[in-house]
Amino acid sequence: MSNVFIAFQHNEESRPVVDAILADNPNAVAVHTPGLVKIDAPNRLQIRRATIEEQTGRPYDLQQLHVNLVTLSGHIDEDDDELTLSWKH
Amino acid sequence: MDTRVAKKKLGLKDRYAAMTRGLGWETTYQPMDKVFPYDKYEGIKIHNWDQWQDPFRLTMDAYWKYQGEKEKKLYAVIEAFAQNNGQLGVSDARYVNALKLFIQGVTPLEYYAHRGFAHVGRQFTGEGARVAAQMQSIDELRHYQTETHAISHYNKYFNGMHHSNHWFDRVWYLSVPKSFFEDAITGGPFEFLVAVSFSFEYVLTNLLFVPFMSGAAHNGDMSTVTFGFSAQSDESRHMTLGIECIKFLLEQDPANVPIVQGWIDKWFWRGYRLLTLVAMMQDYMLPKRVMSWKEAWEMYAEDNGGALFKDLARYGIREPKGWKDACEGKDHISHQAWNTFYNYSAAAPFHTWVPTDEEMDWLSQKYPTTFDKLYRPRLEFYREQQKAGKRFYNKTLPMLCNTCQIPMVFTEPGDATKIGYRESDWRGNKHHFCSDHCKEIFDNEPEKFSQSWLPVHQIYQGQCFEPGTDPTAEGFDPLLAVLKYYQLDVGRDNFDFEGSQDQKNFAAWRGDAPQGEQQ
Repeated sequence: MSNVFIAFQHNEESRPVVDAILADNPNAVAVHTPGLVKIDAPNRLQIRRATIEEQTGRPYDLQQLHVNLVTLSGHIDEDDDELTLSWKH
Repeated sequence: MDTRVAKKKLGLKDRYAAMTRGLGWETTYQPMDKVFPYDKYEGIKIHNWDQWQDPFRLTMDAYWKYQGEKEKKLYAVIEAFAQNNGQLGVSDARYVNALKLFIQGVTPLEYYAHRGFAHVGRQFTGEGARVAAQMQSIDELRHYQTETHAISHYNKYFNGMHHSNHWFDRVWYLSVPKSFFEDAITGGPFEFLVAVSFSFEYVLTNLLFVPFMSGAAHNGDMSTVTFGFSAQSDESRHMTLGIECIKFLLEQDPANVPIVQGWIDKWFWRGYRLLTLVAMMQDYMLPKRVMSWKEAWEMYAEDNGGALFKDLARYGIREPKGWKDACEGKDHISHQAWNTFYNYSAAAPFHTWVPTDEEMDWLSQKYPTTFDKLYRPRLEFYREQQKAGKRFYNKTLPMLCNTCQIPMVFTEPGDATKIGYRESDWRGNKHHFCSDHCKEIFDNEPEKFSQSWLPVHQIYQGQCFEPGTDPTAEGFDPLLAVLKYYQLDVGRDNFDFEGSQDQKNFAAWRGDAPQGEQQ
């Protein structure tokens, strides 16, 4: 099994996203380096719009992720409600 | 942050399909093959372009909206940085030399990428691929501009940035990135995507932007962090394009597999050699360090690349041929490159130096099996020589690898005390290489690589002097004549950091005593 990861600029816009990811993916681990937060998870990682909205109490468009996204790995599946990263093998 | 736009009637997948499908048409005045002359000759077989998916499903309207937002954020930071004399807040004036290498060697590649993607965005017959390539083309132009704007502030205060475009076409080590990208944009459109989107962006680009930008943050360089991360936010989309393009090519036809594998072998190695410059920036040019090149390689190449190639094995793709040698190189290349630039510091528009004791201790901790044994003694010898007033500047031009164009400084796999040499004979000439993999790249395309513009050969052939230069005149100094042709400001742009104008200015502006300046 391999890790997938996603990294964001370390700022206030990313914070609820990172918190939501950690809440939705119990195996995910966040690592902070200057300016950056990188989240690793074994095989699969899910970002859910609903969880981000619960964190902030306001609507969120998942494509807003692009503004603070730094890098990611794995295959992406995205729709209006979820973005999933995974390795197939 | 923006508030959410009113709920669109179509879902993301339908919206994407509506915005990217049915935009193309079968031409009738001219045959399709004449309108799109480049998408077949490489031998890649595409049966159904509609299977091309952009997993982010970014449509043009959303693209402009988010790109606009990124720009506003970035320029606010650049402006604040300039207004607050941010250049004085960096850890140490040595750090600025990493930015010099960046504006000299990386930024021009963004412009090449812009041109390359504009070209392939025109040449594919599939609309999804064309839209993705066009967006990337615009991104790359944005990166070229934002990097130029951000670094132009430093150019007001420091040497070594004032002629970066001129240097890119002439200066010896800049032929390494230049030839890399010219090789890619003169390939066919599919090779270009495998080269740039997959092998470079997906497998290797994290090594350039992520740890290095984190390093910029750690060294107090707010504007570089911001342009770096702003560029990197587009990079995620580019990386995704790379992996989708690979999956698409491999799924379209089994005959594509060996062609794609050959390109992966070639371009992984080309990219790895190019990143030697980044390895050196990370280990030697950031006064405050975040992680070593070796650690970055393990995190982003070995772990992530390993996962990727395991995943692609289902298509019959294996890891690139040079993979094992590249992994062995993680213990060596940054040290070998820094040594080379230390040697040729008279001929390069940035400064080099011997690391401090503390920095050498860090290197020996990060490279426990190689640094103390192989690389520290050489640096200490240079330091002794320098203290005795004999700073060593190598004036003998080095032999270059015909493929990667890096001086032949890399050592043999398994024996780091022996320089690697390979050669091939082609049409009556002997061509030299640093490694099996660079030799193999040449042997596969000798017509192309035998035309390489190798800076050392060009200097010896007299092509790198100003018009009217007389090499037979008494007291002719070929190096000075070449530096004049480069438009390098001798005594300001080049030589050791110790005693440089950058060092003195920075100390004076900050009100520090000059650091360790030799009297």
